[in-house]
Amino acid sequence: MSEIVKITKVTGTAVHIRGNDIDTDRIIPARYLKEVTFARMGDYPFFDERFDASGKKKDHPLNDPEYQGASILFVNKNFGCGSSREHAPQALYRFGIKAIVGESFAAIFAGNCTIMGVPTVTVSPKEMEQLMKSVEENPRTEYAVDLENKSLSYGNQKIAIDLPATYRNALTTGSWDSTTLLRANLEQVRKTASKLPYMSRFAS
Amino acid sequence: MAGRTLYDKIWESHTVGILPTGQTQLFIGLHLIHEITTAPAFDMLREHGMDVAFPERTFATVDHIVPTHVRTRPFLDSEAEELHQALERNVAQFGIEFFHLGHEHQGIVHVIGPQLGLTQPGMTLACGDSHTSTHGAFGTLAFGIGTSQVRDVLATQTLAIDKLKVRRISVNGVLGTGVYAKDVILSIIRRLGISGGKGFAYEYGGAVLDNMNMEERMTVCNMSIEGGALVGYVNPDQTTFDYLKGRPYVPTGDALDRAIAYWKSVASDPDAQYDDVVSFEGKEIEPTVTWGINPGQAVCISEKLPKAEEYSDPEGARRAYEHMGWHPGAPILGTPINVAFIGSCTNSRITDLRAAAKIAKGRKVKPGIRALVVPGSAEVKKLAEQEGLHEIFKDAGFEWRDAGCSMCLGMNPDKLIGREISASSSNRNFIGRQGSPEGRTLLMSPAMVAAAALNGKVVDVREYH
Repeated sequence: MSEIVKITKVTGTAVHIRGNDIDTDRIIPARYLKEVTFARMGDYPFFDERFDASGKKKDHPLNDPEYQGASILFVNKNFGCGSSREHAPQALYRFGIKAIVGESFAAIFAGNCTIMGVPTVTVSPKEMEQLMKSVEENPRTEYAVDLENKSLSYGNQKIAIDLPATYRNALTTGSWDSTTLLRANLEQVRKTASKLPYMSRFAS
Repeated sequence: MAGRTLYDKIWESHTVGILPTGQTQLFIGLHLIHEITTAPAFDMLREHGMDVAFPERTFATVDHIVPTHVRTRPFLDSEAEELHQALERNVAQFGIEFFHLGHEHQGIVHVIGPQLGLTQPGMTLACGDSHTSTHGAFGTLAFGIGTSQVRDVLATQTLAIDKLKVRRISVNGVLGTGVYAKDVILSIIRRLGISGGKGFAYEYGGAVLDNMNMEERMTVCNMSIEGGALVGYVNPDQTTFDYLKGRPYVPTGDALDRAIAYWKSVASDPDAQYDDVVSFEGKEIEPTVTWGINPGQAVCISEKLPKAEEYSDPEGARRAYEHMGWHPGAPILGTPINVAFIGSCTNSRITDLRAAAKIAKGRKVKPGIRALVVPGSAEVKKLAEQEGLHEIFKDAGFEWRDAGCSMCLGMNPDKLIGREISASSSNRNFIGRQGSPEGRTLLMSPAMVAAAALNGKVVDVREYH
């Protein structure tokens, strides 16, 4: 909120979670939302899919040692639908995910990611299949998500990525954490508010 | 010049300016908060020494974590107790009005805003909850937001946000007997898809919406987000004004006349231009039930479960069948249930309880079925008790609870156990949503839930009309 951090490029290995319409209840079960801070959220992403009732690990990409240390997440369509809980992107971020590449994202989820400085970028379904295959074949593949050039590179491959222009501007100029930007205009905010009749309870 | 939509008008009057990122800085007229998504936002304010810019425009309540059965403090769940205490500290420090547990106005945040007349036409509204679209029933632009955005609203009473396109959804004609607002929105989501509303605000209209009362309109707008639309609204009309008159935060006398003039002025112009237009016929809508793991996986009560290949995402449908444990071609009618839940921000208002009580009156819940009625607010509870609805429910074998989110979301003691199947008037059938990772949810109208409770299985509520 104070220092400016420009997010122009995210590099690292990747992990993929297949399936459309993965909702935020799956990304983080509601019981963990009772914690009063986000501090421990990194322990919980996809908890009920990664652990059985006795706490034993289940087969899941986020449990697979091959993908350990991944900083980029590959997903399919409408990722993050459902509840507005910021705990979902917080859990992924604190687990180590610094960028998410998908076919599409639910609106509130993508907004939450952006305001935290986590880019959500899209590619075509065909390209996503290609990316998922590449990470399955070699989990040590290094990927580079480049927001300035709107590209994703790995090996000798380079594919185009997309994201809303406003999100890209916010990330690359370091104004994704919007409070400072918004608070600079408080005088104008009060001016706008004063013109809205309900602010004075329709006094005149 | 072409006519403007309500969305355009409110957006324009609430625009503070365009930010260097290209996003709009939008003024938020009303901010509602609850215990779950706010604690880190207040921590961020403290960390940076910021105050709340318009404390009189934020109102707080508790709903998600509160027990609906035994309400004594401290709560048995120490985490729930800690969250409640955090909210008490935060509202005290920052000077925010709080409808705490035991307060006459406590209730589900999307029930109490309208009930108190806080939610009004021509306003922008934000709340850290995706079902904030509920308030759109009043001709309000209402946004569900995350915790960092809650911080922004507290610190500045504004959001950095992009403008949406507007899709007009008309539901024409009339609904058949035994068909409710819940069936209308489930039908809309089924046809347009759970991500079909992405990038759009949904404007609901047509004769069916015109004839709905405010609570029915709230049910429709509530589930906009389940269709992928961040915002859903209905243009304000006489029904809206009549509902608001006399509520605690609504002006009176000359001020009310001025308010109504303003409220009328924000409705979409007759020649408004829309980015997309879709229509439905009321007479074609039947009682609708979800069979799968998202709200778009629904069928009419008379239909059989579809083949996975009939969906644009057959893999998703197969996953749903795997979780639910049933097969394509089976009828939804007669599906056994273990639990019946009437409540949630979608369907816990007085008219919902009346509709359910009408079915339950003089009948008995099937032995072995756990059936709950959870009013949306302390006031809904009081009103229902004045009308004797609680006696109808209790005589039938339903548990009569205190106000809260209850079994909608597995964040308080009301939860499914193991593989239980729930007939639920809530809004989400996601895997694990009702508190058990193996649990199963069938979404339907409150009257359909009541009928299912009596029979221990999914039935057609029209048999009771």
